[in-house]
Amino acid sequence: MAKNQNSIQHGDDLIVFDNIYKIYEMGDTEVRAADGISFSVKRGEFVAIVGQSGSGKSTCMNIIGALDVPTSGEYYLDGVDVSTLNDNKLADIRNKMLGFIFQQYNLIPKLTVLENVELPLLYAGVPKRKRREAALKSLERVGLTEKAKNLPSQLSGGQQQRVSIARALAGNPSVILADEPTGALDSRTGREVLEFLQQLHSEGNTIVLITHDNSIAVKAQRIIRLQDGKVVYDGPSNVPEALVNPDIPIELQKNEAGGDA
Amino acid sequence: MGIGQSFILAIKSLLNNKMRAFLTMLGIIIGVGSVILIMSLGNGVTTEISDTFESMGTRTVSVTLMGRGSNRTFTDDEMYEFAEENSDVIKAVTPTVNVSATVRPERWNENLSTSITGVGEDWLTVKTYETARGRFISYMDIYARNKVCFVGAYFDSPEVYNGNAVGSTLKINGDVYTIIGVAEEITDASDEDGSDNFAVIPYTVAARLSRMGNINSYTLISVSDETVNAAKQRMSNRLYENYGDEDAYAVIALAEILDTVTEIMDTLVTVIAAIAAISLLVGGIGIMNIMLVSVTERTREIGIRKALGAKRRDIKSQFVIEAMTTSLIGGVFGILLGVFGARIAGKLMNMPAVPSLSSIVLSVGISVGIGVLFGYLPAKKASELNPIDALHHD
Ligand SMILES: Nc1ncnc2c1ncn2[C@@H]1O[C@H](COP(=O)(O)OP(=O)(O)O)[C@@H](O)[C@H]1O
Ligand SMILES: [Mg+2]
Repeated sequence: MAKNQNSIQHGDDLIVFDNIYKIYEMGDTEVRAADGISFSVKRGEFVAIVGQSGSGKSTCMNIIGALDVPTSGEYYLDGVDVSTLNDNKLADIRNKMLGFIFQQYNLIPKLTVLENVELPLLYAGVPKRKRREAALKSLERVGLTEKAKNLPSQLSGGQQQRVSIARALAGNPSVILADEPTGALDSRTGREVLEFLQQLHSEGNTIVLITHDNSIAVKAQRIIRLQDGKVVYDGPSNVPEALVNPDIPIELQKNEAGGDA
Repeated sequence: MGIGQSFILAIKSLLNNKMRAFLTMLGIIIGVGSVILIMSLGNGVTTEISDTFESMGTRTVSVTLMGRGSNRTFTDDEMYEFAEENSDVIKAVTPTVNVSATVRPERWNENLSTSITGVGEDWLTVKTYETARGRFISYMDIYARNKVCFVGAYFDSPEVYNGNAVGSTLKINGDVYTIIGVAEEITDASDEDGSDNFAVIPYTVAARLSRMGNINSYTLISVSDETVNAAKQRMSNRLYENYGDEDAYAVIALAEILDTVTEIMDTLVTVIAAIAAISLLVGGIGIMNIMLVSVTERTREIGIRKALGAKRRDIKSQFVIEAMTTSLIGGVFGILLGVFGARIAGKLMNMPAVPSLSSIVLSVGISVGIGVLFGYLPAKKASELNPIDALHHD
């Protein structure tokens, strides 16, 4: 992404959340989905954002993913102030700087695997030959080259998720944003996907993982825990406090995994 | 996203649901088909009419004298004199006295439906007909009121005298007339109802036969297409001079009538085609309807595309192109239907019903236009979907 006028230097910080609020007016009451969230993510970090249902994870993910803008506060992605951009600019940011991995894979059913992986490049205006090349290379990374001509429905869930990872990687994004990537998979395939994310991290990619599941969050390097739209923990994942919620006894937290949208 | 890619996608989604695609296109197919059919038939009729007129001669001017509102007359001598004075624009003139009389060949005991006209010696020139055998009526025949006639090729056909018409006789209203000449075949010599079944007699004889004192109908032929108007104008002036009343005569150029008829036909065809085009409107609404359904069905796809970086205009053009493709393919089927239908109708009605290239080009243009017009609203709706909501749609 070319530096533009409102870009400022944040050192190694790729993502900067500065006092982010997202407030929904519901008649007389207001819902503070993000209630003054601040954190930053450095280039090459692997961060998990965790929290119970309704804690504000999706809100954060939408803002980080440039799918939504905050009510107030500033969000810098690679030095660019994303919080004030219009629709078209947001689409550009999503296209060039972000790679999405969704819980439901979100592949387009009537396009082949290869065409699905090509999509971000298509919207980036990459010419056909190069698009094909890059998409094939990306499919090779997830080991699905031979499925290129198949339709998504002909693949297993784990394979579909790998296709969606290939799609996320195709455009060489600055941040890979994974929203409950294992939620629809059995535990073994889920583990494989997580291992693959860890491998991507070891290759230098910046990864933000959104999950309600502590056992998955601990695979990240760092955990940001949300509750009622506020950050209640931000630190390494390998210390006991990472899993401690000040208000809930530790035994109950083990069962935190539950229904989440 | 490129137009080519959107086009391929559109074809794919049409093929995915052929029945639905067909029903969606039906309005366009019927609309385009009927517009082309109507325009083809209209073209056919217009061509037929102008061919008929042209065979009658576009250089022809017909003059009718009613004498109404005036006690002046205009004699045949005055007419011939006028034609001679204006020989720079008038090539020839002939009286045309229509006679209703029975016609019966020798030894027949039934009448023919032959049309009988009393004419002058220049009639062949005026009609641009040729003599096949014998000779035409001469000035002497007219002057002496000889009971002679000149006949169409029908009389030389096997149906009547089989090559022996010249020298044979015809009974016209019971009087015997000698056939002095036969014309070249015009359309079809064997057809009793065709233009080859005619007989002309000296106009002086015809005037007697129909108990007419003065000749009241003439046909002029002008020197060229360019002098028709001048001939008509000078004739009118001369007659006005004579009668002093415009209602006493009528001078009509065939070319003018042809123009008027062609104009009326064109208007008629346009109006009928416009009525048929209403079904194009209905077709357009059908496309809009199905596109709105498609946008709803594919909300999640739209969300995915937006999350991956599709801008509003990318989504909009994808759906507009899809609507356009649907409509265009419908238009192509409609053209096939129209051209095919015109062929069959033309055969049945025994006339040339050829669709004009312009009506086909117009149809393609209109179907593309309808696709864009009626696809725009659904496409705009799709492009304005919120990606977050769209992604969670199922
Ligand atoms: N579009 C919205 N309108 C109103 N309230 C919303 C909307 N989206 C989220 N919320 C509310 O904001 C809070 C945080 O939601 P969310 O970010 O989805 O949490 P999580 O993903 O952690 O479950 C919840 O109370 C939710 O009901
Ligand atoms: Mg959520």
